[in-house]
Amino acid sequence: MQLVDKDQVSKSLGGRLIRNNIMKFLFLLCTLVGLVVLVTLIVDTVLDGWNYLTWDFLTSFSSSRPENAGVYGAIIGSIWLMAVTAPVSIILSVGTAMYLEEYAPENRLTDFIKINISNLAGVPSVVFGLLGLTIFVRQLALGNSVLAAGLTLSLMILPVIVVSSQEAIRSVPSTVREASVGMGATKWQTVSRIILPAAIPGIITGIILALSRAIGETAPLVVLGVPVSLLVTPNSALDTFQALPMQIYNWVKMPQEEFQYLTAAGIIILLIILFLMNSVAIYIRNKFSKRY
Amino acid sequence: MADYNIQEMVQKNKNNKRTKIVEKSIPIILFLITCISILTTIGILYTLISETFIFFTRVSFIDFITDTEWNAFSSDPSWGIISLIMGTLKIVVIAILVAIPIGLGAAIYLSEYATDRTRRTIKPILEILAGIPTVVYGTFAITFVTPLIRGIFPEVNLYNAISPGVVVGIMIVPMIASLSEDAMSSVPNTTREGSLGLGATRLETVFKVIIPAAASGIISSFVLGISRAIGETMIVSIAAGSTPNASLDIRESLQTMTGFIVQVTSGDASYGTDLYYSLYAVGMTLFLFTLVMNMISQWITRRFKEEY
Repeated sequence: MQLVDKDQVSKSLGGRLIRNNIMKFLFLLCTLVGLVVLVTLIVDTVLDGWNYLTWDFLTSFSSSRPENAGVYGAIIGSIWLMAVTAPVSIILSVGTAMYLEEYAPENRLTDFIKINISNLAGVPSVVFGLLGLTIFVRQLALGNSVLAAGLTLSLMILPVIVVSSQEAIRSVPSTVREASVGMGATKWQTVSRIILPAAIPGIITGIILALSRAIGETAPLVVLGVPVSLLVTPNSALDTFQALPMQIYNWVKMPQEEFQYLTAAGIIILLIILFLMNSVAIYIRNKFSKRY
Repeated sequence: MADYNIQEMVQKNKNNKRTKIVEKSIPIILFLITCISILTTIGILYTLISETFIFFTRVSFIDFITDTEWNAFSSDPSWGIISLIMGTLKIVVIAILVAIPIGLGAAIYLSEYATDRTRRTIKPILEILAGIPTVVYGTFAITFVTPLIRGIFPEVNLYNAISPGVVVGIMIVPMIASLSEDAMSSVPNTTREGSLGLGATRLETVFKVIIPAAASGIISSFVLGISRAIGETMIVSIAAGSTPNASLDIRESLQTMTGFIVQVTSGDASYGTDLYYSLYAVGMTLFLFTLVMNMISQWITRRFKEEY
């Protein structure tokens, strides 16, 4: 008895294989859309902004006249902003990750904290802006200072760093931990001298990626009322400041055509900064990641 | 040193006064740090709820949800949130129509068809795309995509829903692609090989075996994508315009909830005015929308999780 009718199979197989190949090609096209957009975006920006990327552009303050305008204040402001955001977010998120992975008891409170963090990750950045505006700018009377903006951004990127740090800590094998405890080390000695050093490449990678998100973030800064034209750089964290993405946003709204080229030049600077930060993150990930 | 044996040294380490204090205080300090994340949520809820409450002592809640006009800057303002919600929906629907086919297609290709080498080159490109600031995407929308669309359809307004919608869609493609790819890759190879071994083509395996098995992860990636699109701010502020309307015409200028918040805060919304409090009412609506989306996504993941 013949269970499989060979003729029937080969008759339908041809069409099925063709369909498979057509769809495979379509799926490949979908995958390439990302690449095409990326290349278009970069080429379009570089063509528009390249001629405006001069030394004067890097060393001048913002101005209402396009020929005098530059990004000096915006770059220094963004560096100040990161100088506040980085330490605050690192302490908060790595501390949270250490607690959740090493110390937290398995109870409802811990579950609640975890769910809460994943919900915070989904809150739109503009809502964090409203939080910062109400709590930091008004109630704590910090004004639109570097400190107020830095704290707001720290809270915004907190869930991102917590999750990546948790993963890094979790990936340290339990044998290493047990060896340390077996040698008579206390809990904190194990965490601070064994687990943390082993997890640090993963943690730093996560931190840099989160900070590169923070440095390009515009919406919360708009809500906080960060100024777009300022002729000084901040002297302390309590001074007001400019930020690079705010400067870009301000220029793109300008009606004069010349500002569009300045926008492109500003974007090139921002993308270079992001590229450098990401390269450092990838370098750390490859260089220091240990295999157990 | 000969006086100690190992046991005594371990004991000494544990009984050391400083060690004891550190061991006791560290968990407490770390717990307090962890509480900041809860305080953040409380802060968001407190801010939004208390200011929204004040807004509704001045403006009728019924008008807020039934009025179809949103005209916040006029001397006789009307506060119909539906116009802003419609604006957000127009953007989200266009974004999703772009992002789901492309994101899912890319995920299928990466997970089922691509060789290891292709995957290793494509994935970093998607990561770069995911890391581009939204203000850059917004600029791309207004300086490149909008002129392109108006070149083909001249009747489209300079500010419209199509261009920012498409660009928001492209922005969430990497997220949908990478989350869906994770879900599909975690379907075990034995399942895949079982299907291929029975004579199914790759394509049939994808649609009849892999996607049903990975459905919870895929759908929750769509829902997270929608949530991101709802909360997206800079692209719509730059390319969608600032005229709230409840019409379905995607060629016309519009305003989203996020766009309104940016428009008000870029100017001077003096503290205590109706306009100032309306920020929070809009923020609250926005927050509720994204919260519901995130909860649906978490529920799908938990409820339909496939264990192998």
